[in-house]
Amino acid sequence: MMAELFGKRTGYCKGKGGSMHIADLDLGILGANGIVGAGLPIAIGAGLSAQARKTDQVTVCFFGDGASNRGTFHESINVASIWKLPVVFLNENNHYAISFSQKKSMAIPNISDRATAYGIPGLTVDGNDVIAVYEAVSEAVKRARNGNGPTLIEAKTYRWRGHFEGDPVLYRPQEELEEWKKRDPIKLFKERLVNSGIATEDEIAQIEKKIEEEVEEAVKFAEESPYPNPEETFEDVYA
Amino acid sequence: MKKISYLKAINEALSEEMERDSNVIIFGEDVGLFGGCFGVTQGLYNKFGPDRVRDTPISETAIAGLAVGGAATGIRPVAELMFVDFVGVAMDEIMNQAAKMRYMFGGKAKLPLVIRMPYGAGINAAAQHSQSLEALFTNIPGLKVVMPSTPYDVKGLLKSSIRDENPVIFLEHKLLYGTTGEVPEEEYLIPLGKGDIKREGKDVSVIATGLMVHRALEAADKLAEEGISVEVVDPRTLVPLDKEIIIDSVKKTGRAIIVHEAPKTGGFSGEIAAVIAEHAFPYLKTGIVRVCGKDTPVPFSPPLEKFYMPKVDDIIDGIKKLMM
Repeated sequence: MMAELFGKRTGYCKGKGGSMHIADLDLGILGANGIVGAGLPIAIGAGLSAQARKTDQVTVCFFGDGASNRGTFHESINVASIWKLPVVFLNENNHYAISFSQKKSMAIPNISDRATAYGIPGLTVDGNDVIAVYEAVSEAVKRARNGNGPTLIEAKTYRWRGHFEGDPVLYRPQEELEEWKKRDPIKLFKERLVNSGIATEDEIAQIEKKIEEEVEEAVKFAEESPYPNPEETFEDVYA
Repeated sequence: MKKISYLKAINEALSEEMERDSNVIIFGEDVGLFGGCFGVTQGLYNKFGPDRVRDTPISETAIAGLAVGGAATGIRPVAELMFVDFVGVAMDEIMNQAAKMRYMFGGKAKLPLVIRMPYGAGINAAAQHSQSLEALFTNIPGLKVVMPSTPYDVKGLLKSSIRDENPVIFLEHKLLYGTTGEVPEEEYLIPLGKGDIKREGKDVSVIATGLMVHRALEAADKLAEEGISVEVVDPRTLVPLDKEIIIDSVKKTGRAIIVHEAPKTGGFSGEIAAVIAEHAFPYLKTGIVRVCGKDTPVPFSPPLEKFYMPKVDDIIDGIKKLMM
């Protein structure tokens, strides 16, 4: 993945995708998407495919608060609903579409309220609570797998940094950020693991150290990997 | 050989491919029991059932997205947009998703999908139901663009398109649906990227697409009476384009006229003219002529619509200009 971000030939997409389009179909990932809201119509296609091939696969489609204002949201969830496609629409509501706040971009407080329009379950969960998200998604996956169709889950969360590095973030109050920072999902989950005796502080510190090393290794691998050759530009346009 | 309509030939291709491969799924607006706005899918719903011949809501974005997501995950979607004019609503799914997924994902994705789109003027349907939009697609690498002119071609090309591992834009002229032609009883395929000489001639090459192939043939008949021998070249697929067949024909005749229904400016005739100029320039005895639709939206009023579309006489005039 890091090599792909560096535009190297050893990346997931041979350096042709980059950060906005990274994907590994072998893992069932149909790709991040450079077009906001474009994942929803593709997700219902994957849902149709699972239904037609009679597999027990379920498609989980991630998208943001901004994407839920696109026409793709309406057309896709409506089709998924009437055909009872095995799709979970997982909205990560971080409250800002670049600079535009959800309060200004829609006249309702909860994106999940829109589920009513499609006759499907819609629920809002604390997106910073790992277990709450896990439970909601598990239930929705079970429902989809049983042939009962899609669910719209809104996981409320927050983006700490700007939309891009260097974004001065003048569009939101500092206090709002500070409030959300207190509810860091990783910190909360860590506390939960320690308090319930599932893991010790030491064990968690070891995991974190291991992950940091992995990331460092990935960066090193990416830096040392070769760029693609110009003639590779012509590869993979057609199958 | 039996004689069937262009529409029936498409229907047979769909039916045969659905029988051959259970992963072929059809969907679109009113394609089910109703049989499609033009009747192309008639009988398929009863034959293959509602799971494989699916009516969608009026949601072109969803239709194209279903095709993309379905193709990427193991089915072979054949979607219908009721009119090519509606593609504006589905263009992101075609242009940014279908055409680019394989490339962006380093060759890991395969997108065996076909989107059938009726196109063209001549049915008094005005500006939003009459366009020839092939040039919108030909400048997007990753797509294949097919424009068959006869029942024989449309059947063989649609079967190949359904078996192709890439996204195929399949353009059917509405005025061709009722035309008839010979089609073999036995199965056959026509490879994408292979043009066809619809009539051999030695004085001038007419390169025409879709409905215009027929008008070019009519023009050729009339000019034969005047002793002008016209060759009619039908590229059949614009992407991939059979450049050889065009170049070889022009090398032989030394004269080239290109005919399509789409507006001239930015039309695919410009590309064909450039191919000829690049590869056969020394063989040209005179300049290249283009006979195309007018650079306007398609008008509603019948006499205006008729004026908009290239006519047999326009082609004859063009050829005579070359013969002077």
